[in-house]
Order: sequence, then C-alpha cells, then structure tokens
Amino acid sequence: MARPIRILVAKAGLDGHDRGAKVIARALRDAGCEVIYTGLHQTPEQVVEAAIQEDVDGIGLSVLSGAHMTLFPRIKELLVKEGSDDIVLFGGGTIPPEDVKPLLAAGVAGVFTPGTPMATIVDFVRRECGKRVGA
Amino acid sequence: MSDKKVRGNGRPANGKSQERSKGLSGKELWDAQFASTPKRAGAIDRTISDLPLKPMYGPEDLAGIDYERDLGYPGEYPYTRGIHPTMYRGRLWTMRQFAGFGTAKQTNERFHFLLAQGQTGLSVAFDMPALMGYDSDHPRALGEVGKCGVAVATLQDMQDLFAGIDLGAISTSMTINCTAPVALALYIATAESQGVPQEKLSGTLQADMLKEYIAQKEWIYPPEPSMRIITDMMSYCARHVPKWNSISISGYHIREAGSTAAQELAFTLADGFAYVEAGIAAGMDVDEFAPRLSFFFNAHSDFFEEIAKYRAARRIWARHMRERFAAKNPRSWTMRFHTQTAGCSATAQQAQNNIMRVAFQALGAVLGGTQSLHTNSLDEVLALPTEENAQIALRTQQIIAYETGAGNVIDPLGGSYYVEKLTNELEAEAERYFERIAELGGVIPAIHAGFFQKEIADASYRYQREIESGERIIVGVNDFVQEEAESISLLKIDRAVELEQCRRVQEFRANRDGEAAQRALDRLAEAARGDENLMPHYLNCVRSKATLGEISEALVPVFGRYREPAVI
Repeated sequence: MARPIRILVAKAGLDGHDRGAKVIARALRDAGCEVIYTGLHQTPEQVVEAAIQEDVDGIGLSVLSGAHMTLFPRIKELLVKEGSDDIVLFGGGTIPPEDVKPLLAAGVAGVFTPGTPMATIVDFVRRECGKRVGA
Repeated sequence: MSDKKVRGNGRPANGKSQERSKGLSGKELWDAQFASTPKRAGAIDRTISDLPLKPMYGPEDLAGIDYERDLGYPGEYPYTRGIHPTMYRGRLWTMRQFAGFGTAKQTNERFHFLLAQGQTGLSVAFDMPALMGYDSDHPRALGEVGKCGVAVATLQDMQDLFAGIDLGAISTSMTINCTAPVALALYIATAESQGVPQEKLSGTLQADMLKEYIAQKEWIYPPEPSMRIITDMMSYCARHVPKWNSISISGYHIREAGSTAAQELAFTLADGFAYVEAGIAAGMDVDEFAPRLSFFFNAHSDFFEEIAKYRAARRIWARHMRERFAAKNPRSWTMRFHTQTAGCSATAQQAQNNIMRVAFQALGAVLGGTQSLHTNSLDEVLALPTEENAQIALRTQQIIAYETGAGNVIDPLGGSYYVEKLTNELEAEAERYFERIAELGGVIPAIHAGFFQKEIADASYRYQREIESGERIIVGVNDFVQEEAESISLLKIDRAVELEQCRRVQEFRANRDGEAAQRALDRLAEAARGDENLMPHYLNCVRSKATLGEISEALVPVFGRYREPAVI
C-alpha cells in the first residue's frame, strides 16, 4: 500500500492572512494527506528547509501580500539549488490572472486564484504529488 | 440544525390547516400552512454564521424585552438604537476610504484626489514591512515594499505622506498595530513640522494587538509587553493628545479570518474589556481613557444579522462599562465604531458584482448606526484599488446617504420582531463566549491556548464546506458561473517603487546624526526595562531621526519576539 501524500502548507512573506492556508490544510488532511503547517512569516529559506527536512511531496504556498512574484520564484530557485526540484510547488492567494502564466513559467506547478474550490486543489495534489509517492 | 431543514418535495398537507377549525389562532393556522408547503433547498434556515432562523418572527419574539431597559432612545443608555440623539439627522457618518500604496508621494496624490471627491477623513494603509517593524531596505521586506499599503520608514516618509494636508484640520485613521507607537510619534512630529501642536490632532490609531494574535497575525513582541505599550499610548494620548482615539478595537480582521458574526462580536468586546482592565491595572481611572476607545467592525453579507450585531455591540459595551467597570461618564458607555465592508466576501469571478455586495453591506452598516464607513472597491480581491474603482466605492456611500433615505430615520429597524430577537440572541451568544474566555483565564491565556484561533478556523472551514457542497450559493463562484469576458484593469506596483524607496531610506540614514539616533534608541530600550511611559521616548527617537525598523528592533532584546502556537 502506498504511503500517504505529504504536503507542507506554507506562509511565506510578512502577511498574516492564514485563513486560506488553514482551510486548504484541513481539506488536504480530510482527503487523507499528511499535512505540516509552517506557521506564519517564513522566509523562502525556512520553507525549503522545512520541506526537505519533512520529506514532503509538495509545498502549498499561500501569499496574500502582493509579494507572490518574488516569493514563488525564490522558493523554486532554492528547491532547484538544493536538488529537491521533485517537490511539487503550488499555491494561491490574491494573485491577479495576468500573473498566473509567469508563475507557471517560473516552475510553479499550479496556481489557484481566489474562489478555487477545495476539491480542485485536492485533485491537483493527488494527481501531481501522487506521482512522487509512486502510487 | 440541519435536521430541521425541509427539502424540496415538502411534507404531506397537514389536515389541520385545511379545516380552518375555529379553535385555531392565526399563528397556529400559519404554522400549519407553512409546514405543509414545500420549501427551497439550501442554507435558508440559518444565518451566514450558522445561527438558526425561524421562517418568521412575531410578537412572541419580543417577549421579555423592556423598551426602556433594553433599547432606550438614541443617545440614551444602553444605546441599542444609536449613540447620538440625532444620529444621521445631525451629521452623516464619516466616509473614510482606506488608502495607501507605493511611496508616500504616490499615496499623498491619492489622498488629495479622495479629498477633492468629497471624502471627509483620511485613512492610511501601510505596507507589510511598516506593519511588521522592518525598514523598506530590510532583507525581509524584499518584494513587499509599497505592495499592500504605503511604504513608511522615516520621518521624511511621513512628512511626504501628508504634504499639503493641514493636520490640524483633518482627522486621520492609521491602520497599524505593533508599530503603532512609532506611527503616532511620526504623525505628531510631522504635525510639529507643520506648526500644529499635538493637542489639536484628531484621528485614530488601530493599535489593537490582541486581535493581531487572534486573527490578523502581525506582531513583533509577545502579548504581555504589547499590552504595556498600548496602555502607555492610551495614557499618553489621554493627557497630551486629547482628541485622539488611541485604540480601535477591531473585529474586522477576526471576521475576515473566517469567524462568525457572534465570534466577531464576542472576541472584539472581550478584547475591549481586556484593554479596560489593563488601563485600570496601570493606575488610570476608567473614565480617563474609556471615552477614547473606539471600535471597528466588519460589514458582511447577511444583512439583518449584521444590523443586529452592531445593535448588540452597543448594548453589551454600555452594560459592561457601567455595571462591571463602574464607569461614570456616559462617554465611557457609548461604543463608537468604524465599519468596513467584508473583503472576504468579494469574489474574483465577475468582479463587477462586488459593487452590489458592497452596497448591501454598507447599507447594513448605516442601518446599524456606524460612525464611519469604508466601502471596498470591486477589484480589492486581486489588488489595491484603482482610482476609478475607489471612486465607485465612495459614490456607493454617497448614494446611500443622499438617495436612499436610509439615514433619515434613526434605527429604522428598531422594533422589528426579527432584528430585536437576533440582537438578543447575538448578545446571549457573546455572553456565553465571555464565560468561556473567563474560564480559560482571560484573553491572553486564551490566545496562548489557541482558543480563538481554533474557533475561527472551525467556523471558516464549515463555511467553506457549505460553499463546496453548494448548500450556500456565491453568485459567480459556485452558481451562475460564466466565462470571464475580459479581465479588469488592476493597479500595479512597479518594482521601481521598491528600489526608489530603499534608496530614499538609505539617503535619510546617511544624512542624519547617527549617534544622536543611537542615543535615542538606547534611551528607549532603557525606559522599556523600567516602567516609565514609553511614548515620550518613541517621540524622542523619531525626532532624532531613528527609523521605524530601528525603533522596533531596539526593543526586541528587552521584550523578545513572539512565536505563535500554529493551530490548523
């Protein structure tokens, strides 16, 4: 039997809006994932370090401060640098539609804008992070 | 609650209702007819906050209400119907649109625009680094400068922000918390540079740290030293800045974090009582500072529940202040509050629809007797508002004020069976929460235990699941969905803003007497180790040109840094 998918739900940057992160964390947990929540105000370095230490299959990053164009690419860059690029990076927040494409191009595997159903994100995680579990 | 729900097909007709037997009262007949008729599906038997609802309210729901004791006249204890005898017949609410983005100069231009459009007060949104105690050029500020508010790190920034605006003639609200004493000091020093003495300043500082630990999560130091800083500010303002509201006790963020209306009401008032207790414990007389406490609530979409919430809030505050804290001054009993429409209710889908959501929410706030109001712009779910969208939001308030007639009669829903009943229920629910918080040892122990955080997370998850299941319809999101024809144009904060701001901060530091700034910082830290009021020392720091980040950092060795118990 395959092990459960492990996800790090992360809040990077300075904003304290953790409602979305917590809702997603619970939805993923209810869907059978093992969820680790970083807590607030993490630096990209802290997020990547936690992801590697916890050996997660994916990082779900929540940014509502407008700093998404800085934080997502920085985390991706660090994952590549650490040789942990197989960890799936996805996320959401107050992200305008026109920023979605550049984020995908920067290696973010999924960008979920406001109003995305939890089920869509759970399906994404099962499909994309499930590959790493090898189930 | 869901077991009471009646689904589409309805029940077999109740024989009684068809007999029209003489012995039945009108109410019994209606009950029978109602029970026998099919109902719509969905979450229609409870408020958005999960408070159970009857399909109709009647005279029996007013049983036990004593008009003089529980409602009173406007301007009269317990102020259920409003805090002023005249309410909007005397003066309309203050239309106060929150604004701030980019550099101080950019935001200053927006302020001049809003004032020219008829806005009657200013409200400053600061960027995340300023809110968290970092200068714009700090590594942790990278990518955040000027993004969700205006970048302010130095006295020069504050002076630029209010250039050409007479601080003796306008009232200014500043939404800032852990760095609130720095913002206040910068504001006072800016006024001094305009020749305006602090006695003449009027405005509000949010400075509500308890709700930061509960909901908004912007902090530097742990709750205990934060409470000391706040009581120092309360005491300083009471003596030296008498027209300043030293704190705005906020439910807004609690609601945005996903709480119910009852939780917003209860947690906000519990915080308010905690500040009153802290002020008294610091040796102040309750009537010395309580008249300057103000509140800030959310205006969410469940129209009547919101109106009942504001009415209940006034009554609870008045009762506790008079009965429990023995305040003598009626101004200590009256709850004055600002309201903002619910950012969390806005949708990215069919964003134009947010105009309508905001209008209904704002109308609720007006019918609930708010003292000032911010209406959100339709684009705020994705970015800070453009000038055009900010104008529509302001116009919405003007239409309510001048076209709908909603402000012409005081508390027009007073006496409504439904609204009075809901007001009572919300008050009772809040009292139950006060008991639970007391059992945990008070607000700060409850924060350390993660109590509020857990309650809010539970409520927001329940709400989200109702949307997922389709039980609760959000137009454009889970029903009435359409392909988006065009995207709306959004305000973009250029990366150049960050570079420019960092350059300005560095220039400011280079052109000052660095030793004088350091001496002021050392003196502040020394005062923090003892029990002097810190506010004069904050002022000394900004006059000596220490920056916001330096001042915030100077107290970390004394007070420590807060780490939250992360609760999912």
